[in-house]
Amino acid sequence: MTILQSENVSFRYHAPWVLMHVSFNVEKGSFVGILGPNGSGKSTLLRIMDGMLTPQEGRATMAGRNIRTMSRREIARRVAVVPQDHGGIFAFTAREIVLMGRSPHLDPWAFEGKRDYETVERVMAQTETLGFADRSLDQLSGGERQRVLIARALAQEPRLMLLDEPTAFLDIRHQVEIMNLLKSLIKEEGLTVLAVTHDINLASLYCDRIILLDGGTIHAEGSPTEVMTADNIEAVYGLPVVSGNHELTGRPVIMPRMKE
Amino acid sequence: MSSLSSWSIQPVTLGRVFKICLLLFLLFFTVSVVSLFAGAADITFLTVIRDLLPLGADGHKALSPAEKSILFSIRLPRVILAGLVGAALSMSGVVFQALLRNPLADPYILGISAGSAVGAVTGILLGAEVLILGIPGMAFLGAILAVLVVFGIAGTGRRLETNTLLLTGVMVNAFFSAVILFVFSISDHLQLQRAIYWTMGDLSLADDQAIMYTGFFLFTGMAFIYRYGRSLNILATGEETALQLGIPVRKTKIILLTAASLVTAAAVAASGTIGFVGLIIPHILRLIVGPDHRILLPAAFLFGGAFLVCADTMARCLVSPAELPVGVITALCGAPYFLVLLRRRLSS
Repeated sequence: MTILQSENVSFRYHAPWVLMHVSFNVEKGSFVGILGPNGSGKSTLLRIMDGMLTPQEGRATMAGRNIRTMSRREIARRVAVVPQDHGGIFAFTAREIVLMGRSPHLDPWAFEGKRDYETVERVMAQTETLGFADRSLDQLSGGERQRVLIARALAQEPRLMLLDEPTAFLDIRHQVEIMNLLKSLIKEEGLTVLAVTHDINLASLYCDRIILLDGGTIHAEGSPTEVMTADNIEAVYGLPVVSGNHELTGRPVIMPRMKE
Repeated sequence: MSSLSSWSIQPVTLGRVFKICLLLFLLFFTVSVVSLFAGAADITFLTVIRDLLPLGADGHKALSPAEKSILFSIRLPRVILAGLVGAALSMSGVVFQALLRNPLADPYILGISAGSAVGAVTGILLGAEVLILGIPGMAFLGAILAVLVVFGIAGTGRRLETNTLLLTGVMVNAFFSAVILFVFSISDHLQLQRAIYWTMGDLSLADDQAIMYTGFFLFTGMAFIYRYGRSLNILATGEETALQLGIPVRKTKIILLTAASLVTAAAVAASGTIGFVGLIIPHILRLIVGPDHRILLPAAFLFGGAFLVCADTMARCLVSPAELPVGVITALCGAPYFLVLLRRRLSS
C-alpha cells in the first residue's frame, strides 16, 4: 500500500529549480533512504513531503490526500519529523521534550493524561532515553539528544517518520544503534521511514529502497542492489569508487578509490 | 515499565499548578499587607484591628479620618495597582522570551514599554479622548508598533540572537525616547510634570480608574495567554518544531503577541515605563518551578505582583517622607542582574 506519494513535484525558492519532476511512492512499512550530494535537493524534498513547503508544480499526497489540504494538526498526527539537532534554550528536560510529542493528540487546553505519560514512558524505554529523562537537553551528548528527538517523534504515534540526517555527528556505534532502532520500529510497529542521509553504506545496509537525487532530479530509484552501483555513485558524486558486497547480507558496499 | 510514582520530576497537573499558585498567592498577600502598613504615617496593624472592634469606652474609633484616608484612599489603591502592574510586566516578559527564544527579552529592554509610553504620552498631551481610545488605547497602539518592529527584525522561525536583541532594543528605545522628548518640547508646563513622572515609572497616580483599566486588560490578556501555555512550551523550542507538532504557529503568535502587547500597554498606561520586572521574575521562577509555561505564567503573575509591591514600598519608604519613582528601584536591582545574566550567556 502506498502511504506517501510524490507526483511530478517541482519546487524553487527563487530563481533556479531545486527539484524538477520528482515522482516516487513510499510503501507502508518500508525504509526509504534519500541520497545525493550536497545541494541535490534532499532536505527540500523532505520538507515538501511534510507539507512545510508547497511545490509550485505537482503534488505530495499522503494516503491519497493532497498534503496541502491538511491542517498542521492533521499532518502531525500522522507524520513525525526528526530534525537534525536542536539545543535547549529554556532547560526543558528530555522527558518534557518527549511529552511535547503528545501535543497533536491533545486539545489546546488539556493537560497530559495517564495515557500520554504511559506513551512517553514506553517510547523512552524503546529509545533507551529513560536513563537521562530528567536531565535538560543541553546537558546531553549529540547521540543522546538525537535519541530524545526520535522518542518525541515516536510519542506522536505517527504512521510515517521523516528524518533529516538522523546519524550526522554520531559515532559509528550510535549510528548503527539508531538505524537498528528504526528497523525494529518498522518491523514491530508497522512504521514507515523516509530518511535523508549522507551515509551511503548504512543506507545500503538498512534501506529497502533508495532514491538517489542529483541536481534536483531522480538519478536512480530502486532496491540498494539496483541503485548502489559504482556507476551511479560515480555519476552523481563525481567521485571514482569501487564497489563490493557486505559479507553477511550481500548488500552493496561503496568505497572511494584511493589515489596511489 | 516503571511506575509513574518513581518519577523524580512531577508531571504538570492542574493540582500542581494550584498548589504553587496558592503558595505564591500567600506570599503576594503577605507582602501586600506589610506594604499597607509601611510608610511615613505610623499606622499599625493593631490599630486597624481595634478600629474594626466595637467602640471603646472613650467613644472614639482607633483610626482618625486622616489615617483612614491614607490607608484606604492612598496606600490601598497603590498596592493593588503595583500588584497588577508587576503581574502584567512579568507575564508579558515570559511571553516575549518564549516567542523570541531568548530569556533576556523583556518589554522594557525590547523597547515595547517605550512604544507604549509614546502612545500614552501623546494621549496625555493631546487630551485623553484622542480617537475615543483613551490613554490605554493609545499605549496599546504604541506597544503594537514596537512589537511589529522587534518581531519584524527577528523574522519568522529563527531565534533572536542576544546581540541582535540588545541592538534592536537600544535602537527602538532610542527612537521612541526621541519621539517622547519631541512631544515634551512642544507641550506646556502643566501637563509636562505628569508626563515626565510617568516616563520614570511611577505608581503614585494610582486611582480607581487606573486599577479598573489595568485589571481589565490584564485579566483579559491573561485569559488569552494562559490558553496557549502548552503551545508556548513548544514554540519556545522552535517554530519549525511547533509546526511539525501541529501548532498553527502564525495564528498562535498573532494572538499571543496581541495579548502580551495589551498587557504591557495596560501596565505602562497606568504606571509609565518600569523596567526589568519582566526579566528578573521569569528568570528566578524558571530556576524554581521549571520552564513549563502552564506553571510559569501564573507563577510570574503572582510573584511579579509581589515583587513590584515590594519595590514600590521601598520607593515610598527609603527616602521618606519624599518618594522615589518605583522605576528607579527596579532599575537599580534589574540592571546589575541583567548584566550578570548577559555575562553568563556570552561566556557559555
